[in-house]
Amino acid sequence: MTLTLAFRNLFHDRVRLAVTLVGILFSIVLVAVQLGLYLGARGMIISMIDRADGDLWIMAYGTKNFEEAQPIRARERYVALATPGVVSAVPLVTAFTDWRKPTGGSTLVVVIGADHEDGGLAPWNIVEGSVTGLGVRDAVIVDKTYLAELGIKGVGDTAQVGSSRVRVVGLTEGIRSFTVTPFIFTTLNRARSLIDMPADNITYVLTKVAPGADIEKVRADIRAKLPDSEVLTKAEFRTRSLNHWLFATGAGVALIGGAVLGLIVGTVIVAQTLYSSTKDHLSEFATLRALGSSSGYIHKVILMQAGLSAVLGYVLGMAIALTIVYLSEHTALPIVMSPGLAALLLGLTFAMCAISALSAIGKVMRIDPAMVFNR
Amino acid sequence: MTAIATVQETPATAAPAGTSVVLEATDIVKELGHGAGKVRALKGVSLALNTGELTLLMGPSGSGKTTLLSILGCILSPTSGTLTVAGKPTTGLTPEALASLRRRHVGFIFQSYNLFPTLTAEENVRLALDVRGDRGSDAIVHAQRALHHVGLRHKLKSYPANLSGGEQQRVAVARSLVGAPSVILADEPTAALDSENGLAVMALLSQIAKDKSRAVLAVTHDPRTVPFADRILRIEDGLIVGEERRTEGVETVHELARNRKRKANA
Ligand SMILES: Nc1ncnc2c1ncn2[C@@H]1O[C@H](COP(=O)(O)OP(=O)(O)O)[C@@H](O)[C@H]1O
Ligand SMILES: [Mg+2]
Repeated sequence: MTLTLAFRNLFHDRVRLAVTLVGILFSIVLVAVQLGLYLGARGMIISMIDRADGDLWIMAYGTKNFEEAQPIRARERYVALATPGVVSAVPLVTAFTDWRKPTGGSTLVVVIGADHEDGGLAPWNIVEGSVTGLGVRDAVIVDKTYLAELGIKGVGDTAQVGSSRVRVVGLTEGIRSFTVTPFIFTTLNRARSLIDMPADNITYVLTKVAPGADIEKVRADIRAKLPDSEVLTKAEFRTRSLNHWLFATGAGVALIGGAVLGLIVGTVIVAQTLYSSTKDHLSEFATLRALGSSSGYIHKVILMQAGLSAVLGYVLGMAIALTIVYLSEHTALPIVMSPGLAALLLGLTFAMCAISALSAIGKVMRIDPAMVFNR
Repeated sequence: MTAIATVQETPATAAPAGTSVVLEATDIVKELGHGAGKVRALKGVSLALNTGELTLLMGPSGSGKTTLLSILGCILSPTSGTLTVAGKPTTGLTPEALASLRRRHVGFIFQSYNLFPTLTAEENVRLALDVRGDRGSDAIVHAQRALHHVGLRHKLKSYPANLSGGEQQRVAVARSLVGAPSVILADEPTAALDSENGLAVMALLSQIAKDKSRAVLAVTHDPRTVPFADRILRIEDGLIVGEERRTEGVETVHELARNRKRKANA
């Protein structure tokens, strides 16, 4: 009967139910979007590092993230290769530069140059053309998301980068950058010429360590030979990039802060409606008490009311959140929903409703049971 | 010798043959309010309720009837004095223990019915079983039987808003009855009802009181209820000032009905 009572109390006042659900919806959708953006941002920030085939990254000292790195000398690659335990060492070039649109105007891009035969970093999720297409003169591969931004329509279109002409030979899907700066994939040498980098410079050396080799020992050996460079493991570079973009810039803090704010507002709204519902039904709770119900029984009614609101709010909120996720899928800032995030949201919704129930429970605990009588 | 002396000293506890005392209150004092607004609503009330009897508690407004009923039903605790319900002393019990005592031994009927507007008649009755942990199909059968008993066989699925005042009060009677309590306490059960419905509810209470395992106490200041009483306690200004048992001189329920019929025919 506790469930029946909770259910009827909830549906008795439709307006209040609507307000409660709006409160929960607001909260869930806001938290889903904020945390979804966070997950999306995280994915974008680490996607290159995850995709690149390197256990150890050799880079200029003080590099903060994948996109912004000072050049190092190309010969560092050979130093790495000569280190015992190293299986391969592949050069990689990245840098910001200007893309001049065929339609006029220009936009900032990140050029990524690597030779795919080396097995370093090649574009993935290719929906048109192929990596081998990069073999042709002026060839570059870009992501579909940024076609408009780059002022082009698709494969075959040309533009100018630096003093060179480029031609789009392939399209990827879903390779987006956190900075909303389009990635331009090309070969190592073409990348150098697009960004005016001397032939004896590169940006990274991606080093693969032999299975079974002690990665820390290999790193120490390389470091000893290259005191001016930094050698990071994949995980370290990932963390460093995330710290830079999400925390040093405040972006991640803003996203998480927004989520916390959503939770607080939702909790306040649900607590408010649950409290006023309990107040309206106070004489019924007093009657329950007179009938000899334990206080646990009454708490159960209120908690079930909170729990039912949570379930309803979660289902509706997730429907809206998933719609937003779907709509954002092809934008520059995709919102990501993972099973983990969905479970976290469910937990947060229940926690929010349970906390909201506290003030209502406090109210019933102070009932004067003698109010059942007319005086 | 000793036994007779005891009876004489506390006549209120003398149960007639074949009945027993299920509730006993001694020297109940109750102060209400705080500071300047403090009121001594009960000034030393002693009484006993016997099974098989309908006792009426009558007195003017403000004399302390509701306060006494709340104390007898373990809803309020007395400022001083002792109360024993179904053989269990209540002094010093926690609110939870008192609630447990209420759900096992006490049934309440209120002036304004206090039904749950969002529950059907049957669900309202079933609630009294549910709070005791009696759930499942047995509870449904018992709730339906209690409603049959009060003549509401055809209103099981009706919501209070669709029942007349008399029907609502009968649902409340069924609810008080369904857990087979030893004591049923009713506060002004007919005050909100017209005369016909009021009499029907009183008839029901007097019939319920015929059960030899149960005592019924109804607070009232409605003279129409007098003919149903086995016993009347008079309260004034927080003190019991008189006790009467129905004697041959008083009109019985049946005589009253006959007189009403006669009047109607005339
Ligand atoms: N909460 C309260 N605070 C102070 N005085 C009260 C309170 N409740 C009742 N009283 C007083 O106690 C007395 C008895 O009240 P009550 O038991 O309701 O009388 P009755 O039911 O016989 O009309 C009255 O004088 C009333 O004003
Ligand atoms: Mg009263």
